[in-house]
Amino acid sequence: MKLVYFAWVRERVGKAEEELVPPPQIKTVAELVSWLKGRGEEYAHAFEQHKSIRAAIDRSHVKPDAAIAGAREIAFFPPMTGG
Amino acid sequence: MPTRISLQREDFDVAAEAAALARGRTDIGALVTFTGICRGAEAGAPIAALTLEHYPGMAEAEIARHVEEANARWPLLGVTVIHRYGRIAPGENIVLVLTASSHREAAFAAAEFLMDYLKTRAPFWKQVESASGKTWIEAKDVDETAASRWHKPAGREAAE
Repeated sequence: MKLVYFAWVRERVGKAEEELVPPPQIKTVAELVSWLKGRGEEYAHAFEQHKSIRAAIDRSHVKPDAAIAGAREIAFFPPMTGG
Repeated sequence: MPTRISLQREDFDVAAEAAALARGRTDIGALVTFTGICRGAEAGAPIAALTLEHYPGMAEAEIARHVEEANARWPLLGVTVIHRYGRIAPGENIVLVLTASSHREAAFAAAEFLMDYLKTRAPFWKQVESASGKTWIEAKDVDETAASRWHKPAGREAAE
């Protein structure tokens, strides 16, 4: 699946997007975040305030318990500050 | 309902957008125009510019969803939403919301609703450029509170 990052999540991870295949036991957005945090210091830093990071699956907002099965694109970003 | 949604780098012309929305119409009795403008100071400190990052695809979709919701709640006759991204200097326009209805109550309410949701649900992030470097603006609780007042009646909320 494609992961995309925005704002300071993007800066901390060090890339705007990447293709990753999480192991099959990773079922939810929260589990995906935990798995990502174990991938390296940049991810651990990006997701250390994981409670304030928002997620979207295929361009719709989702909660941490959302299932990731079938997702094409999962995005992680800080709370929004547009308008 | 005529709807125009645009995400763009370029500035927009408020008067031209308002005229375009109302052109040839005699059913519109109220047209509310809201323009969000880049301030020259943030938290008391002068800024050089804002840079707006957005999530292409999702930003359009989120705005369209909320325009549809506004249209379901109020008898609207036209909506225009323009949101800029990229580098924006103090004094420049950031966002435009136009809502048209036959009476002012619906037009005012829909414009406020759309702005409250743009601030908290549309995937845009502001970065401040100042003498001390670049910093991301933090989301404000007051914006969440403003958006939450539009939540649906208890029945549906409880099910979510």
